[in-house]
Formats: sequence, structure tokens, C-alpha cells
Amino acid sequence: MNFLDLIWLIPLFPVVGFLVNGLIGKRLPKSVVGIIGAGAVLVSFIFSAGAVLQLAQLPAEERSHTVRLYQWFDAGAAQTLGGQMARFQVDFGFLLDPLSSVMILVVTGIGFLIHVYSTGYMHEEDGFYRFFAYLNLFMFSMLTLVLGSNYLMMFIGWEGVGLCSYLLIGYYFHKKSAGDAAKKAFVVNRVGDWGLSIGIMLIFVSFGTIEFTAVGEAVREGLAAGSFSVSDPLFIGIALALFVGATGKSAQLPLYVWLPDAMEGPTPVSALIHAATMVTAGVYMVARSNFIFQMAPEAMAVVAVIGALTALFAASIGLVQNDIKRVLAYSTVSQLGYMFLALGVGAFAAGVFHLMTHAFFKALLFLGSGSVIHAMHHEQDMRKMGALKNKIPITFKTMAIGTLAIAGIPGLAGFFSKDEILWKAFSNPQGHVILWLLGVVVAGMTAFYMFRLLFMTFYGESRVDHHVEHHIHESPKSMTIPLMVLAAGSVVSGYLGIPLWLGGTNAFEHWLEPVFEPLPITQAAIVEHSHAFEAGMAALSVMVALAGIYLAYRKYYKTSYRAETEVASYGAAYPVLQNKYYVDELYDGLFVNRVKDAGVGLWKFDAKLVDGAVNGSASLTVTGANGSNWWDRWIVDGIVRFIGGFIKTASWPIRLIETGYTQNYALVMVLGVLIIIGYALWGGQ
Amino acid sequence: MVATHHYLFLAAALFTIGVIGVLTRRNIMIVLMSIELMMNAVNINLIAFSNHLQQVNGQIFAIFVITVAAAEAAVGLGIVIAMFKNKETMNINEIDLMKW
Amino acid sequence: MLELALFYIFGTIAVVSAILVITQHNVVHSAIFLAGTLLSVAGIFLALNAEFLAGVQVIVYVGGILVLFVFVIMLIAVERSTFERQFNRQWKIALITSAILIGELVYVVYQGRDTFVLAEPAVPLVQGAAGNSQQVGMGLYTTYLLPFEIASILLLVAIVGAVVLAKKKTQTE
Repeated sequence: MNFLDLIWLIPLFPVVGFLVNGLIGKRLPKSVVGIIGAGAVLVSFIFSAGAVLQLAQLPAEERSHTVRLYQWFDAGAAQTLGGQMARFQVDFGFLLDPLSSVMILVVTGIGFLIHVYSTGYMHEEDGFYRFFAYLNLFMFSMLTLVLGSNYLMMFIGWEGVGLCSYLLIGYYFHKKSAGDAAKKAFVVNRVGDWGLSIGIMLIFVSFGTIEFTAVGEAVREGLAAGSFSVSDPLFIGIALALFVGATGKSAQLPLYVWLPDAMEGPTPVSALIHAATMVTAGVYMVARSNFIFQMAPEAMAVVAVIGALTALFAASIGLVQNDIKRVLAYSTVSQLGYMFLALGVGAFAAGVFHLMTHAFFKALLFLGSGSVIHAMHHEQDMRKMGALKNKIPITFKTMAIGTLAIAGIPGLAGFFSKDEILWKAFSNPQGHVILWLLGVVVAGMTAFYMFRLLFMTFYGESRVDHHVEHHIHESPKSMTIPLMVLAAGSVVSGYLGIPLWLGGTNAFEHWLEPVFEPLPITQAAIVEHSHAFEAGMAALSVMVALAGIYLAYRKYYKTSYRAETEVASYGAAYPVLQNKYYVDELYDGLFVNRVKDAGVGLWKFDAKLVDGAVNGSASLTVTGANGSNWWDRWIVDGIVRFIGGFIKTASWPIRLIETGYTQNYALVMVLGVLIIIGYALWGGQ
Repeated sequence: MVATHHYLFLAAALFTIGVIGVLTRRNIMIVLMSIELMMNAVNINLIAFSNHLQQVNGQIFAIFVITVAAAEAAVGLGIVIAMFKNKETMNINEIDLMKW
Repeated sequence: MLELALFYIFGTIAVVSAILVITQHNVVHSAIFLAGTLLSVAGIFLALNAEFLAGVQVIVYVGGILVLFVFVIMLIAVERSTFERQFNRQWKIALITSAILIGELVYVVYQGRDTFVLAEPAVPLVQGAAGNSQQVGMGLYTTYLLPFEIASILLLVAIVGAVVLAKKKTQTE
């Protein structure tokens, strides 16, 4: 089979699953719903793998395959900034190139594992079919996002994943907090989507097309012809608009606030949408638009700084959170910050590499935490856990692997990708030593809070409720097997990109080279560093991570967890961190409450002025109506009655003819016809 | 070769029979059937002229007439059922609500 | 010669059946004779080289409309109507009117009979590969496309109307 031409089927299989589960899932047994839901994604994964394998067999420069299904719409001619006319026409097309192949493999592969996990995790829930229908709809949207061949296709997927995210965060819609979190996610994402749509419009008016490949060529040609120049305000504007979109979807400063609240959704959703796939859409989009960002170094600096700051900011909040999922949520925000740091310093491949490894270990950690929560009967507070190591051994071992991976311990996936980012932040022309320093600090914090999570949950003395303690049990096979597969992935996925200084070939970066081909822009020369220096830098970051682990070991392993000591050790910073720097309160004060005030104001306007006017006009109408009532009764009715009586009296002869029998009338009609025919025949002469 | 006016005589006969049925019968079902007879007479005329003039238009008009006949039968029979439900009769001369 | 035979055989059956339709006491018998008339009219259509219309006549009229009639008769026909007076009070005057009507019609046709005889048959309608159905179809879907679509709307309205008229009245009404 030629999978390359069948890539349009990849997003379509989950749609089938969505339709079946969504329409008739209620009447199907849960096992069938699960098989349909997971099976649809498995088929997508098989088709994705086939397509990627066939793509890999092509020579490197031909690894870009577009499938145009049909012209979606053609909105006619529009003037572009260059003065030419361009038709705003959009194809319903799919593009498979090295970047999207990485994305579809991650999305379908990890997505499939999470679907399998969900069959176990969600088994007791009502609305099991609804959950799988939403998950499949999400898979469709996400695959459209990463496979679409133009910005508008990506936008469909972008909005689709937003919708599914909303639906799935609010899955427990009877809980007010879940509904609020869903609304928050949706509204905050709207801000980002506004930026993205502005960016897409700017792209069209600048280049006359929104096809990824065509825009890339247009940039290259314009640069060669001299019509575009680096740091053109236009490019900075487009890049920043797109980045606003990315901050919304990928939870960067200042729009990250929705992601921690999104943990109200079921844990597999957190793993799939809010860790492994959807939140990386912003990273994908920026990487996909790398030709635009390369033209706007200032925008890239913004991306890098925002990324680094987000990483630091989120990691510091994560230090003191007590909800197991919230720690992971802030960790996700922080790791996404790493990815944007990589993108911002021009290391697009490193960012995507970290995206992939992060998808593995973060999905693993979330699913592991889900397994813990499952065992603890929906207890998420780590203060009420402890000493679970021997009770749920498989969960513990796999989560330990994930923790080691995210902490950047050599040999596991996170080390390779994180080290690559830190090195690029240091050595790339756009990089800066401060960015690198921030990254290293975050690496240490990451190791600390992740091991804090591990120690608080699995070691020390048990702080579990006595009712719950008897029932703690290891999760079923459908949940542990995905954990084990993801644990394996968290180890080996890093070996796709062994850096040169370790004697590797950096294969991952080579694979992505066709997409991230640098534009012919003169830049500061890359400072050459020896492999030994690079190894030294890596060793430094590992040491920082180890220091973080040691600190966590001292505080949470040697001495069992006690809330007072933890609070005391942070001093004045503790309430600030615990309350997430009061950002939610700030936003409430700045935006949410102002909107509410405006609403109250409008209500008052409505109650006083509008209602007053309505009431006044009502009483006026009543008065008028009384007058017209009199007029109506005596004058109008009088005339009508008089006419009626007159006609009744005068019409008695006519009533003799009008019998009311239809056939009488028909007979008269025929007579009339006869007279007309007769007149036509004889009357004319 | 039958001259066209033969068909017209036949149609005239059928049409008049239909008119008689409509004007004289009390049973509403038969009145409706008589209307169908009249429509058929019209169709014969249309097709006779279509054949006479060697043009297909007449036949197309006949199709429209049949369409109208189908619609008329559906609505007419609906009225019959409604009438029967209300008045328990099929006799058209027991319905004289047109005179109030 | 064949046409002549067809015309006389079917014409006779049509007229006789039609008279029987309007004179029967039993509605079911009327319906059966109506079927006879309709089928013989289909035969007349055949004699007039309108094969497609003949088919439509059989399928739509006999197969559709007449069956609808029989169905309604089955639903509501009351036995007593067979034994009642069959004609209304105006039947004499109606017959006289009808006699005048047919007199006038025959007079008109008879007066104009010469115009209906062409010197020689015009170009046969069925020519070359284009059969009757094809010609009807071409006309129906090109020149008369709009009336055709309107006819479909008419049928839709008739369906809705029939359902509304015939459905059970709810308590609220």
C-alpha cells in the first residue's frame, strides 16, 4: 500500500470512532466502546507508521508529501501588501514531512496507549462512551492540526482541540470547579486564538497564500530578491501574533493560567491533552513557521525569554504544590517553557526533540499519577499519601523511571533533549548565557520537585486514611501495560538524538533538517566549542540536577514530610508560591471582575433605565387603551353591528339561492362554462 | 390512421361523463373518481395533439396533469377522511357548511 | 389499421367503464371500473405513440392513485351508503346541462374536424435513436425544468396537507 497518499485517512479513523461512540455508544457495552475508541487510534497509528516509513525511504530533499483532497473554498481575489492580487483559496490538504511525521507518531502512538489506559481508568465512570467519543474527536482535531497543509487546516485542528479540551476538562460537569476550569481554559485560549487568527490573516496579506510550503518558498524568494529584509516589522508582527496563539495553547506566560486548572479533567485527559499532545501544538506551530521566525530575530528573542521565564516561574510554583496532578501540571508548563526556549534560540530541532521525549515521560508520569489516584480512591493530595512503594509496585517503578527521565539523569530520554536545549541556549548565536543559566536553575528545580513528588507519594510513613488503606490495590493490566510501554519509551526515545560529543550522529536533528533549513541570513559566526567543553557543560547541568535530587532526598526522604517544616523552610516565599504568585487573583482583579462590573453596570442600566422606560410606556399604553376601549365599544362596534344587521335584513332573497351544497355551485359553474362556449361559438357574429 | 378528432370525441365523451358524475352523485368517493375521469379526458386531448403536431410538449404537460392529479387525490382523500371523522357520512349533500 | 382497432377497442371500454363508474351503487365496483377506464386510456396513449405516458398512466394512476382510493374506501366505506339514494336532487337539471355540454363540445370538434387532418403525416416523432422516453426526458429536464421542480414542491405540499388533514385530532383541539 502507498501509505503516503493515504495520509488523509489518518485523521479520519478517529472520526469514525467518534461517530460510532457518540451516536450509538450509549447502547454499546463498555468493552465494545473501548475497542472502537482505541482501535480507531491504533489503525491511525499503523497508517502513520506506514507513511513515515515510506517517507524515510525517500531522499532527504524529497521528504515532503502533500495530498490535496479538494479545494475547500475560493473566496476570490484580494489585494496583498505587495500590491498584487491573490486569490484567497484554501485546499483541504494534508502535508507529511519530517516534522509532521514526528508529530503524528507521537500523537497516535501515545494517544493509543492512553486510550488503552482509559479503558481501565474510566471503567467505573458514567458516560464512558461520551469520554471515548470526545477522545476520538480530540485525536481527529490534533491529527488535522499537525497534518494540515496550510494555516487554515491547522486552525481547524487548533480550534477543534480547544473544543475537545473544554469538553474533557468539564467532563465531570456536575462539579462546579470542573465547569469553571473548562470555561477558564476556553476563554484564555480565545485570547491566544485571536493572536493566531491575526497572524494567519497577516500571512495571507503578506504572501498571498497560506500553504506552509508556499509561504516558506515565498519567504526564501523574497529574501533572495531583496524584497524582504530581516527584522522587517511585518515579520516581527506576524511572528509575535503567532506567538500569542502559541502562548495560549501551550500555556506560556502570561496565558498559562488555564493549564493547572485543567487538571480537573480525568487523568488520561491530562496525560493526553494537557501534557503530551495538545499543549505542544504551540511548539509545533512555531516550529512549522520557523521561516517567519527566522526573519524576525527580535520576535525569537521574545520567544526565548518568555520560554525561559515561564520555565522558571512554573517550576518555582511546582516546588510547593501538594496536589499530585498540579505538580505535574506546573512541570508541564515549565517543560513547555524549555521547548520555547529552544525555539527562541533557533534550535527548532532541539525543541521538537524535547517535545517528543517530554511526551513520553510526561504522559508516563500523568498516567502513573492516575494509577496512584485510582489506587487511592480519587485522593490527589500528596499529604495524604506516602509509603505506597510496595503496595503498587509497577506504578512505582514506572513513575520512578519517568522521574529520572524528566530530571535529566544521563541514559534516559530527558537528559539528551534537555541537554541539547541547554547547550543550544548557550552556544547558538541567538542564545545567551543568562538563558542558559535560567535553564540550568530550572533543571535543578525540576529534579527537586519531581523527587519531592516521588518521595512524598511512595516513601516515608503512610499518611493515608485508614478506610482507604485497606483498599489500595495495583491497577489492572490495561493500565499498567501502557505505563510499562511508556517507561520503555522514556528510556529509549532519547537515543534517537545522541549528540556528537557522545559519539552519536544527532539523527533526530538530521531527520528534521529539511523542514528547519536555515534561511540564507548572515548571522554572527557560531563560536566553535570543543566536545570536551560541551561534555563539561552537560556534566554541570547533571550535577545541578543531582543537587536538586539530594536536596529532595534530605527534606522528604530522610525526614518524613511535615507541613510545618516545609512552610518554615520557605519563609515568606511560601504563601506566594503556594498561591501561584497571586496571578489568578491579579487576573480576577484586572479582567474577570472588571467584566463582571461591566455586566452589573449593564444590569443596573437595564433595571433602572430600560425597565423604567418600559414600565412608563406600559402605563401610558393602559391609559390610552381605556380611551380606545370606549371608542371601540360604542363607535366602531356600533358601526359594525349596524352594517351587519342591515346586510342580514337585506339579504334574505340571496339566501334562497345560496344553498351551501357544493354540487349546486358546480352546476352553476358548468352552466357558466356553457354560456361562455356558446358565446364563443355563436355570440361573435 | 385515426384522425385526431376521433380522439377528441372520445375525450369529450369521457369529460362529460366525468361532469355528470361530479354534478349528480352523492357519494364523495365517486365524485373524486369522476374528477379523475375528467383529468384523463384532458390527458387524451393533450396527447392527441402531441401526436398530431409531432411535438413532445403535450406529453410533458400530461405528466404535469398526472402530478396534479396525484396531489389532488392525496389531499381530496385526506379531506374525505377528515369529513368522515367529523360527520360520519360520505354524502356530499349533507355537507352544507358553505352556507352559514 | 392496428391503430384503428386499438382506438375502437380501448375507446369503447373506456367509455363503457366510465359510465359504469358513475352509475354503480357500490363504491368498490366503481373503483374497479375506474381501473378499467384508466387502463384503456393507457391503451389509447399507446395508440398515440406515447409509450412513456402509457407506462406512467399504469404505474401512477392505476398503481398509485387508484390504490389510494381503494385504501380509503377500505378505511371508511359504510355499508349503508350502498342502499341509500345515489343521486342528488339536481340530477335532472345536471343531465340536461351535461347534454348541452357534450353537444357543444361535439359541435366544436365536428366543425373543426378538417383542420385536424394533415395532408400527410408530419415527421414521425420517434426518429433515429431518440425514443419517446428520451424525448420526454429531454423536454422535462431542459425546457420544463422549472415547472418540474415546482411540481415536486406541489407534491410535497400535498403530502404534508394530506397528513395534516387525515391525522388524528389531539385532545387539545
